[in-house]
Amino acid sequence: MSHGASTLVLAWGNPGRLDDGLGPALAHRLEARSLHGVTVASDYQLQVEYAEEVSRHDRIVFVDADRTGGEPFWIQRLEPAGQGVSFSTHSVAPDALLALVRDLFDSEPEAWLMGIRGYEFDEFGEWLSEQARANLDEAVAFIQAALHTNGIREIRLTAPDPDPADVIPEPADLKVTHV
Amino acid sequence: MSANSTKRIVIEPVTRVEGHGKVSILLDEENHVKQARLHIVEFRGFERFIQGRPYWELPVLVQRLCGICPVSHHLCAAKAVDGITGAEKLTPAGEKMRRLMHYGQMFQSHALHFFHLASPDLLFGFDAPVEKRNVIGVIAEHPELAVQGVMMRKYGQEIIKATAGKKVHGTGAIPGGINKNLSVEERDELLGDIEHMMEWSRKAVGIAKDYTVDNLDTVGPFGSFDSNHLSIVRADGAMDLYHGNLRVLDSVGETIIDGVDPLDYLDVIAEDVKPWSYMKFPFLKKLGPVDGWFRVGPLARVNVCSFIDTPEAEAARVEFMSLTEGKPNNLTMAYHWTRMIELLHSCEKIHELLEDPDLQSDDLVAPAGEWRGEYVAMIEAPRGTLTHHYRVDENDQVTMANLIVSTTCNNEPMNRAVRKIADDHLSGVPEITEGLLNNIEVGIRAYDPCLSCATHALGQMPLEVTLIDANGNTVDRQAR
Repeated sequence: MSHGASTLVLAWGNPGRLDDGLGPALAHRLEARSLHGVTVASDYQLQVEYAEEVSRHDRIVFVDADRTGGEPFWIQRLEPAGQGVSFSTHSVAPDALLALVRDLFDSEPEAWLMGIRGYEFDEFGEWLSEQARANLDEAVAFIQAALHTNGIREIRLTAPDPDPADVIPEPADLKVTHV
Repeated sequence: MSANSTKRIVIEPVTRVEGHGKVSILLDEENHVKQARLHIVEFRGFERFIQGRPYWELPVLVQRLCGICPVSHHLCAAKAVDGITGAEKLTPAGEKMRRLMHYGQMFQSHALHFFHLASPDLLFGFDAPVEKRNVIGVIAEHPELAVQGVMMRKYGQEIIKATAGKKVHGTGAIPGGINKNLSVEERDELLGDIEHMMEWSRKAVGIAKDYTVDNLDTVGPFGSFDSNHLSIVRADGAMDLYHGNLRVLDSVGETIIDGVDPLDYLDVIAEDVKPWSYMKFPFLKKLGPVDGWFRVGPLARVNVCSFIDTPEAEAARVEFMSLTEGKPNNLTMAYHWTRMIELLHSCEKIHELLEDPDLQSDDLVAPAGEWRGEYVAMIEAPRGTLTHHYRVDENDQVTMANLIVSTTCNNEPMNRAVRKIADDHLSGVPEITEGLLNNIEVGIRAYDPCLSCATHALGQMPLEVTLIDANGNTVDRQAR
């Protein structure tokens, strides 16, 4: 990554759903630092219109809360993939957004995905849990230093453990309902 | 047929967050449909969350409810707060800035749904290979449509940013008005792209119309049924997405109610509860829960209004209504055509407002009037009529909130669409393929339900389709 290159940090999440707001919280703190060559954006959800904005940058760092990944955060390279928007969620996965950027705008920026570990998601509330705040501090320090030195290294590439609530049940677990 | 010889198809969510959907279809041993239901898990804690908060926070606070249409909640709450403070008569600049924000939201929402969610079904067919039936397939064969979808969505978001202050968690609407006007620079930048948006909107109407008319034999009966249709309309009967009184027509166009002020909504609307669904079932008190359910959203709005007050959308409406000789159109798939008529209408309204010098006025906030401790506001959100009802105590704290969201109003219609499609397309077939199951999703998708959620951390999937035979064996599984 050459000096003068532009970076977009794009975070998403709902600050009204506790630790789901980790992404916007990172964006808020990073924005306050006004880093040279770094544009910061945040949204409730990642949407297709960001394809055009991403295509105008040399590097993109996606940031979201993670329910199950390594603590305090992980970051890894990301390649275009996926099938775009799904059934009706009106949101798009970051690798699918990269595919849109490549296919629609002929651009392939260097892309990273950061997941900050959160713990409380299932209530309304505009605060972060104590451990999530600590994880956020480390994530902000890392990304600020990485952007300052113009080099991001892959760290804590921990494969997220599946959340039991998110696991697709095995066939044996599925019940036939008789009526 | 014995009770033990049925089998069950489940289209099931794998996420535990609110707003997810699940379809269950029960078949007998000859594969005839016995029961088909759509379950939407609605998170009901939000009303409690805002109790105790000061009323002036409502327009900002309620945006946390939904990451899909926060602007609709922002504006509906702002209208309610206007009423609470007695400032519902806004200044021209205040009302027009809010309307511009609302049309921007409508424009980007409808564009996203049509170009990136619905177009694969329409362009490639309901049972096209799943690897083609998505936006990547659209990019491969119709790249110009995929780009237009992105750019139209972006344009709508830029309008929201210019009117609400920012794209996310905007603070534009405040009690009695708006906190900023539209600068000349913002206006000129938006006007610079308006002709592209108009042209693409016209083409989108054409695509939706041609698709419906050319395939009327198949899309006509697809998930279709007669229904009542509800929306708010302007006093003269014009489509008005921002403000109006309630009107309901039956399936052949007879008026059931008209001119009902949103303040009186409890006199005409009630919500039914069914043991198998978390989501309520709104109905007209006059007709009762069995006959009083209704559709909302683009199809209902185009059916209900007397006319549209922008020329190109009105011409499109007249052409649409000619298909049913001026009577309400009851085709589920006609939602797509009417959604695009509203897209064009929104674009015309955006153009009209951008040319209006009132948007550069500094007279942004109306003075407060007589205090009311309770108020009800309605707005036509992209998916249909949205109701916010609040009570506030003498300490300015919210003591009660009741929100009826658009997708809830379409609960019964979506269930009927699922049942109709299951009866017509799944019943009695020897093998239920992925393409056949997609028929169910196509029917639900026509309503553009907000099955999404406010929480969406990494690692979650929105939907799974599981097919189980009579012996309990999983014979197919599809993730969405």
